[in-house]
Amino acid sequence: MHILLALVTGILFAGGLYLMLRRSIVKLAFGLALIAQAANLAIFTSSGLVRGEPPIIEAGGMRLAAVSSDPVPQALILTAIVIGFALLAFVIVLIKRAAWIVGTDDLDDLRNVDRTAT
Amino acid sequence: MKSLIVQTTIRALLPLVLLFSIFLLVRGHNDPGGGFVGGLAASAAITLYAFTFGVEQTRSLLHVRPFILAATGLAIATLSGVFAVPVGLPFLTGLWTPENTPVVGAIGTPLLFDAGVYCAVLGVVLTIVFELMEE
Amino acid sequence: MLILLPILVPLLTAIVLVGCWTRPSVQRIIALGSSCVQLAVAALLLHQTSTGRIVTIAIGAWPPPFGIVLVADILSALMITVTGVVSVAVMVYSMSGIDANREAHGYYPLLSTLLTGVNGAFLTADIFNLYVWFELLLISSFVLTALGGGKGQLEGAVKYVTLNLIASVVFLTATGVLYGIAGTLSMGDLAARIPAIQHREILGMVAVLYLVAFGIKAAMFPLYMWLPASYHTLPAPVGALFSGLLTKVGVYAFYRMFTLVFPAMDFGMTTLILVISGFTMLVGVLGAAVQYEFRRLLSFHIVSQIGYLLFALGVGTPLALAGGIFYTIHNIIAKANLYLIAGVAARLGGSYDIRKLGGLFSAAPWLGILFLVPALSLAGVPPLSGFWAKLAVIRAGLEREHYLLGAVALITSLLTLFSMSKVWSEVFWKQRDSNPETDADPAQRPIAYQVAPIALLAAITLTLGLFAEPLFALVSDAARQLLDPSAYVDAVLRRAP
Repeated sequence: MHILLALVTGILFAGGLYLMLRRSIVKLAFGLALIAQAANLAIFTSSGLVRGEPPIIEAGGMRLAAVSSDPVPQALILTAIVIGFALLAFVIVLIKRAAWIVGTDDLDDLRNVDRTAT
Repeated sequence: MKSLIVQTTIRALLPLVLLFSIFLLVRGHNDPGGGFVGGLAASAAITLYAFTFGVEQTRSLLHVRPFILAATGLAIATLSGVFAVPVGLPFLTGLWTPENTPVVGAIGTPLLFDAGVYCAVLGVVLTIVFELMEE
Repeated sequence: MLILLPILVPLLTAIVLVGCWTRPSVQRIIALGSSCVQLAVAALLLHQTSTGRIVTIAIGAWPPPFGIVLVADILSALMITVTGVVSVAVMVYSMSGIDANREAHGYYPLLSTLLTGVNGAFLTADIFNLYVWFELLLISSFVLTALGGGKGQLEGAVKYVTLNLIASVVFLTATGVLYGIAGTLSMGDLAARIPAIQHREILGMVAVLYLVAFGIKAAMFPLYMWLPASYHTLPAPVGALFSGLLTKVGVYAFYRMFTLVFPAMDFGMTTLILVISGFTMLVGVLGAAVQYEFRRLLSFHIVSQIGYLLFALGVGTPLALAGGIFYTIHNIIAKANLYLIAGVAARLGGSYDIRKLGGLFSAAPWLGILFLVPALSLAGVPPLSGFWAKLAVIRAGLEREHYLLGAVALITSLLTLFSMSKVWSEVFWKQRDSNPETDADPAQRPIAYQVAPIALLAAITLTLGLFAEPLFALVSDAARQLLDPSAYVDAVLRRAP
C-alpha cells in the first residue's frame, strides 16, 4: 500500500509540474491543484498507514489500541485542503482576470513587465 | 437556467439543504461534520440557487453581502476564544455547559467557534462564486 | 495575554475595517490607530523579553507538545517591533499615498490580515502553525498584488502567486515528512528529538526541502526570480511593506529552523548556504546595476541584501548571527524607506523611470537628504546603521576565514554604492530635459503624510547608526539565545529549566 501511494504521489507531483511548465495559463492552475494534492498525499503516506483502527477510545476504555491510525496528519491534511481550496479559488479568479486584461492565455506573452525599457 | 423543473426543485431543496448544513454544524464536535463542512453544504445550496435564478436574485435573497458574512464569521470565531480569558484560561480554551442539553448535546464555546467558521466559509465561497459568475 | 495581542489586534482590526467597508476615511484612521497599538504592544513585549525571559502561551490550554505554543524570545520580539514600526510608517504614508480605487476594494483590511500573518509567523513555535501563518500572509499579499492593478500588475501577480504556491507545497511536504519521522510538530519538541533520530538521510532531505521552501520565500539565489518580476508593479506603500517584511519572514524562518531544529553544522548545509549567499549577493547587485526602473532596481537590491543575511547564518558564530539580526532590522527599515521615497519621487516627477526623472534636488532638496540616509546606509557608509551591520557580518566571516565571501560582500557593498549614486545623479542631480508632467490632481491629499514616515524611518536609521551599542547588546543576547536553544526548548515544553 505504501508503495502504491508513493507512486501515486510521484505521479501527481510529476503531472502537476508538467502542467505548470506548459504555456497555457489554465494548465498552470490545474498543475497547482495537482501538486497541492500530491503534498497532501505525501503527508498521509509518510506518517504511516493503519487500516481499520480509528484513534477512538471505546466507551469504558482508558487507552488507545496499541496500533491505531494517527489523527494528526489527517488534521494537517484537512487544514491544508482548506487553505489549498482558498488559494486555488483565488488563483482561478486571478488568471481569469489576467487572461481577460492581457488578452491571452499564453504564459510566454506575460513578459511585458520583465523587459527592461530601452 | 430557465428550466421550470430545476427552478421548482431548487426552491424545495434550498431549505432542506440549509437545514442539513445546520445539522452538520451542530453535530460536528464529536461526530463527522462541523463548521467547515456545514458551511460548504450551505454554500453549495446557495450556489445552486444562484445558477438557477441568477446572481442578482441570490444577492437579494441573502440580504447581506457575502464578504460581510465572512467577516462576521471571523469575528464570532475570534470572540469565542476570548471568553476563556476572563476565567483565567488561555485564549481559545473550550468552555462547556455542565449539563447536556437535549437534541444538541453539550453547548460550549467550540460550537460558537464552529458557527463562526460556518459563516466565514459561506461568506468566502459565495464571494468567490459571485465574483466568477459576474463577468 | 500580551503575547497574543500582536496577532489579535490586527485580526480584529481587519474585521472592524470590513465593517466600515464603504468609508475609506474611517478605515484610514482605524488602521493607523491599530498599527500604533501594535507597535506599543510589541515594544512592551520587547521590554519583557529583553532580560532574557521567554514569554509563552499555550493556545487553548492544550498541554505541549500537543498544542500550539506561542513563544516570544528576543528575536521574535525584535521582529515584531520592527514590523510595528514599518506598519505605522506605511499606514501614515497611505493617508495620501494610495489611490481611492484600492482603498475602496479592501486595501486596509488586507494590510491588517497581512500583518496578522507576519506577527503570527514570528511568534509561533509550531511548525505547521508557521505554515498556516505563511499562507495567511501569502493570500493577503496575493490579493494586494492583484488589487486594482492594470496589465503589468496582473502579469507580476501571476508569477508571484505561482512561485510562492510552489514554495508552500514544498514547505507542506517537508512538514509532513518531518512529522512522519519525528512524530511531533512543536519546534521545541523537534529540537529535543531530532538528535536521537536514526534516519539521518531523510532528515537531510527534509532540511533541503525547507531550504528550498524558505529560499523561495526569502528570494535567495537561484530561486529569487519571482521577486524582481513582480515587486516593481506594486504601488509604493505596498512595495515598502512587502520588501521590508515578506522576504524577511522567510529569513526569520531560516534563522529559527536552522539554529533550532536543524543546526546547520549537523547536516552539511553550512557550505551550501555559504555558496548560495555569495551568489545571492552578487547576482542581486549586478541585476540592479542595469535597471533604470526605480522600484525594479530596489527589488534587485532586496535579493542582494538577502545574501548578507544568509552569509551570517552560514558563518553561524554568535557575532555573525548578532550581525545578521542587526542587518535584518536595519534592512527592513532602510528598504521600506527607499520604496516610500520612490513613491514620493514618482509623485513629484511623474515617473518611476529614473532616466525620465531629474532635478529633484532643486525642486525638493529635503527629499534628496532623506534619500541619502537610507541609500548610504544600504551601501554601508559609516556611521549609518548598515555600516555596523556589515562590519559585524563581514568581520565574523573573516574570523572564520571565509576570505572569498568577505571579498564578495565588500564588492557587493561597493556596487550597492554605485547603484545608489546612479539613482542620486539621475533622480536628484541631473538637469531635467523636459518639464515634469506631474498629474496635478486637485483631489490629491497633502504630501506631508508621505514625507513624515520617510523622515521617521530615516531618523531611525540614523539613530541605529549613531547609537548602535544598546541594540547591538540586545541582538547579541538574541544570537546567544538562538545558538543555545535549551532555554527556548524548555519554555516551549513548559519544563522547569
